[in-house]
Amino acid sequence: MHRIISSKSSRRVLLTSATAFVLVGTTLARARTLSGGLPWDVGTATPPVVVRPGPWMFFSADEAAVIEAAVDRLIPPDSRGPGGKDAGCAVFIDRQLAGPYGRAEGLYTRPPFMPGAATQGYQLSDSPAARYRTGLRALADYVKSNFAGKSFSGLAPGDQDTVLKGLESGSIVLKDIKSGEFFALLLANTQEGFFADPIYGGNRDMASWKLIGFPGARYDYRDWVERHNEAYPLPPVSIMGRSDWTVRE
Amino acid sequence: MARKLPAKDVVIIGLGWTGSILAYELAKTGLNVVAIERGPWRDTATDFPPAYAQDELRYAVRLDLFLRPGQQTLTFRNNASQTAMPIRSFSGFLPGNGVGGAGIHWNGQTWRFLPTDFQLRSHLEQRYGKDALPADMTIQDWPVSYDELEPYYDRFEKLCGTSGKAGNIRGQKQAGGNPFEGWRSSEYPTPPLKQGLGAMLFAEAARKTGHSPFPQPASNLSEAYVNPLGVKLGQCTYCGFCERFGCGNYAKASPQTCVLPALLRFPNFSAQTESEVTKINLDSTGKRATGVTYVDTSGEEWEQPADIVLMCAFSFFNVQLMLLSGIGKPYDPQTGQGVVGRNYAYQTTSSVSVILKDKILNPFIATGAHGMIIDDYNGDNFDHTGLGFVGGGYMGFGQTGARPIQTRPVPNGTPKWGAEWKKATAETYQRACSLATHASSYSYKDCYLDLDPTYKDRFGRPLLRMTFDFHDNELKMSAFLTDRLADIAKAMDPVEIVASPRKGPYDSTIYQTTHNTGGTVMGTDPVTSVLNRYCQSWDVHNVFVPGGASVFPQNHGYNPTDTVGALAYWTADAIRERYLKSPGPLV
Amino acid sequence: MRRPLATAVLFVGLTGNAFAQDTQSFDRIERGRYLAVLGDCAGCHTASHGAPFAGGVALQTPFGTLVAPNITSDPETGIGNMTNDEFLAVLHEGRGHDGKRLYPAMPYPAYTKMTDDEVLALRAFFGTVAPVNNRVVSNQLPFPLNIRLAMAFWNGLNFTPGRYQPNPQKSALWNRGAYIVEGPAHCGTCHTPKTLLGGDKNSAALTGATLQGWFAPDITNDQRKGIGGWSTDDLVQYLKTGTNKWTLASGPMAEAVSHSTSRMNDDDILAIATYLKDSGEASASARPESVAASNNAMRAGAAIYKDSCAACHKDSGEGEINLFPRLAGSALVQSDDPTTLVRVVLHGTRSVSTAGAPTAPAMPAFDWRLEDAQVAAVLTYVRNNWGNAAGPVPASVVASQRASLAKSP
Repeated sequence: MHRIISSKSSRRVLLTSATAFVLVGTTLARARTLSGGLPWDVGTATPPVVVRPGPWMFFSADEAAVIEAAVDRLIPPDSRGPGGKDAGCAVFIDRQLAGPYGRAEGLYTRPPFMPGAATQGYQLSDSPAARYRTGLRALADYVKSNFAGKSFSGLAPGDQDTVLKGLESGSIVLKDIKSGEFFALLLANTQEGFFADPIYGGNRDMASWKLIGFPGARYDYRDWVERHNEAYPLPPVSIMGRSDWTVRE
Repeated sequence: MARKLPAKDVVIIGLGWTGSILAYELAKTGLNVVAIERGPWRDTATDFPPAYAQDELRYAVRLDLFLRPGQQTLTFRNNASQTAMPIRSFSGFLPGNGVGGAGIHWNGQTWRFLPTDFQLRSHLEQRYGKDALPADMTIQDWPVSYDELEPYYDRFEKLCGTSGKAGNIRGQKQAGGNPFEGWRSSEYPTPPLKQGLGAMLFAEAARKTGHSPFPQPASNLSEAYVNPLGVKLGQCTYCGFCERFGCGNYAKASPQTCVLPALLRFPNFSAQTESEVTKINLDSTGKRATGVTYVDTSGEEWEQPADIVLMCAFSFFNVQLMLLSGIGKPYDPQTGQGVVGRNYAYQTTSSVSVILKDKILNPFIATGAHGMIIDDYNGDNFDHTGLGFVGGGYMGFGQTGARPIQTRPVPNGTPKWGAEWKKATAETYQRACSLATHASSYSYKDCYLDLDPTYKDRFGRPLLRMTFDFHDNELKMSAFLTDRLADIAKAMDPVEIVASPRKGPYDSTIYQTTHNTGGTVMGTDPVTSVLNRYCQSWDVHNVFVPGGASVFPQNHGYNPTDTVGALAYWTADAIRERYLKSPGPLV
Repeated sequence: MRRPLATAVLFVGLTGNAFAQDTQSFDRIERGRYLAVLGDCAGCHTASHGAPFAGGVALQTPFGTLVAPNITSDPETGIGNMTNDEFLAVLHEGRGHDGKRLYPAMPYPAYTKMTDDEVLALRAFFGTVAPVNNRVVSNQLPFPLNIRLAMAFWNGLNFTPGRYQPNPQKSALWNRGAYIVEGPAHCGTCHTPKTLLGGDKNSAALTGATLQGWFAPDITNDQRKGIGGWSTDDLVQYLKTGTNKWTLASGPMAEAVSHSTSRMNDDDILAIATYLKDSGEASASARPESVAASNNAMRAGAAIYKDSCAACHKDSGEGEINLFPRLAGSALVQSDDPTTLVRVVLHGTRSVSTAGAPTAPAMPAFDWRLEDAQVAAVLTYVRNNWGNAAGPVPASVVASQRASLAKSP
């Protein structure tokens, strides 16, 4: 039976706001019963967890070097702005793989695992994190065998591009993983990191948004809808703000 | 062993649009109503405030608000010669979850079906002859007419505060609206949204080429509005974070912004969240439901007895629950017998991407449903003689934003990465837009839903299995519509256009729409339908499927939500005015 | 239901034993039920989802915890055995069971203004409340405050029992409003500033007070700081529906609206509004210098406002009627005490839902997004833009409120 217990009884001196109407489930039945009004609980929002700079959480030093080199070829630095490395794409991927995305949390991971048609979606049991481990190991082996013992990060940019194109087309065959799929995953994650909000570790200083003219986490364009063919003047802003939010001394 | 709870008058499975509307309408009469929702409670300020709702990675890419396949999913195959595989990660369509369901993160595109859509088979056979329709096409007439449903469309649109311009008020054509739409009893509740440059360029080109563009009907409101329940909605700010996102400023119609504040005031209503209904229980005759069984997050089973059971889950999950509960005869595609799972359909979409020369489109300024559209090629609005297909769709400029992870067009042939890619991305973003066609998906003998023989959910119940592919009719239609759209695009004076008509086979990994319809079809004949015209089960008279898209006999060239909402009100009235007075089969 | 305006104090001859007769009188009980609405007894004496009036609500006073007792008709744990005279003593003199002194968390300094007749109507109503056996230990104050005898001293300083005396120079409507505000509705308990001992500063009645992280604003007719800018109709709307064209009630006032004011008669709401619109000093208190737009905090505040706030409150600061409070020209925003503003920005809040305005929109929390200096900057900006003028908010104030909210939200 659901036991009803009242919400926390701390009140202001006289009365609180409408937390009166929330019933909190017991440890017996973990489910929530709502009745009598819209609940309001302080601290129940789920703001994003901001990535903090720091040591690699998923990649080893060698793996990180390869990823940093790769993202800088996928998105090279140029006069328009930083490339994937300085934009933090490798940090982004590292943090993603260390988290629920990397673990394939929430996905359907029950067996049996059988190969399916292309229209049926990914059917292997390995998580993104596992795919990176396998892919990077296989890539390291390939490069070592074909480029006189070097690692990917030690190759000249032109050779790096050649390798990446070979992975993309599938002409390079990797051990234990389809090279085309591995490349597609890496490219997708790199571009996610480049264009996502900087809170996730990539798109440092909103570099990609400045590149294309995307104003970021803005939420009100009412005054601009009908200003046709006029460039939008305000700088981009991240969920955690922009430099103009800081009070200058 | 399930523990039994005190009985309620009504138990509602799922608290999305239809669940909220039915809960309100029945709680209003004084009945004790409980809604059981497998996802969490959701509220604007705590779940998608304008402080962090605008996070493309989290919501559009990692799909934070959507159903986790680990909680429930389905298996898919194109045809019976394949083994269905589980959809391990949703991408082709995205079922919602939680209180508010897909109503939180829909785009707000609010379309009525055409009057001829409701008499589809009779109309097409009459106009083009019986032989015009493929033998394996199983479209059928709806058991309600447009005229009967019109007041309910009106009611749902007034609930939402939909913004638009009427094209036909009681038979009088209105300038600026859709000249092809069915008659309306009144103007839209709020005026149309403002339009950006891209939409206006499309509209100009459409007019130049002899079409009739009008503003897309939008439940992202052009101005603040108080609905008939006394609930107030805000004004849309064109933020460009609409589909897949919750709205942070109360401006998108959803159960949260339209119904729940008024619903939760009823002391005779309660919502039970994070509880998944696993079965509808029937009495020993199998003709009457006694209530439902559900499981909470600790795995505890509960039995909720009730006099009326309303199946308000997302579309195909109603089908799964019916099959698992033994309600109605399951469809057998071999024999063509049976009805539960029959006539699954989808939507046939395509696009034309356009790059202009020296324009500043500001594509990030958008709402989920703004844009300029033409309906000239929808339904049977045009003569299909000699074309080799039936059906149609609307088309136009309906771009809902330009969030850069997923929308950063480049000219055709640009490499997918590297220096050229970067340059092209930077130079194209402001000048490119995407036009779309959004067309019908008729039903076929071999497109259906049933229970998978192999894969199970976390409770050990069989997953639903979807067998679906595009048929020649739809592919021919898509080619035709896309060509028409490309013709208009050419009149926009583009630097480049790329027309991408829909091609087979249906690929469940590419997002098209989440307009999955059919499986618990409403009809006049129990041989070809699961529900009667009041959305009441032919077999178990106290079970209703109040208007979810699973009741559609086929899908037409429009988004389903307006029709879903209208049918929810239609069913609510039937329950209140007929069923409660005399419980039993209404037909 | 129309109620006659009380222009004179009616003494009905009642003895301690007249109680038995009262339970037969429907009108009297209904009158008592309505007085319980005016007095918002349920606000303290009904625990959330608890049985009506069975007590158990813990009140965090600045001096410690008190728990509101059971006032159902239960003879053992409620007030079922209380005589009429004893009940009168509770509301008029602050004396409870067996004559023990009550703490003024029970607002007897306000209830003392109620007529005998009305107090006894209340008694009649409470006699009909279903008995609930629930023993409540009220006094949970720390030593030595838990010694009730100390209240004798406190009462001597801060409390004068006595019925409301109508002002013959004011209208009947005004007097009714004064009676309700000063008596049963006990508005001053939140809105009147307190002395060190927790008594009311009667010379500054209703000019605002801070309690446990909320600033109950000035509700006198002061043009700048109070409700001087609100019309009588604005005030009526607010009390009746919890919202008007300026703002929406939230926090502690949400409950007052929900339980009490939204259920009052239209006449009584108009009376309250009439009285309040005639209170305090009509002339504006001195307007401070507004902080210049070029000020560094203002600049940062403007950027933060544009990016974080304008989507709801609009660039113009006008908000949206009955949905997002108006900031431009708002006396609440320009209050000397920014406690409520800081709290609402850090933690968010939900506004009240009433039959007249069910929406109950909520302000989201920004504590995770804005640092102390940024909260201070954006508040300084809204307090000084659009013609507003009020003291800047220092980052230290935000910091200390953030810390105290963390301890007791």
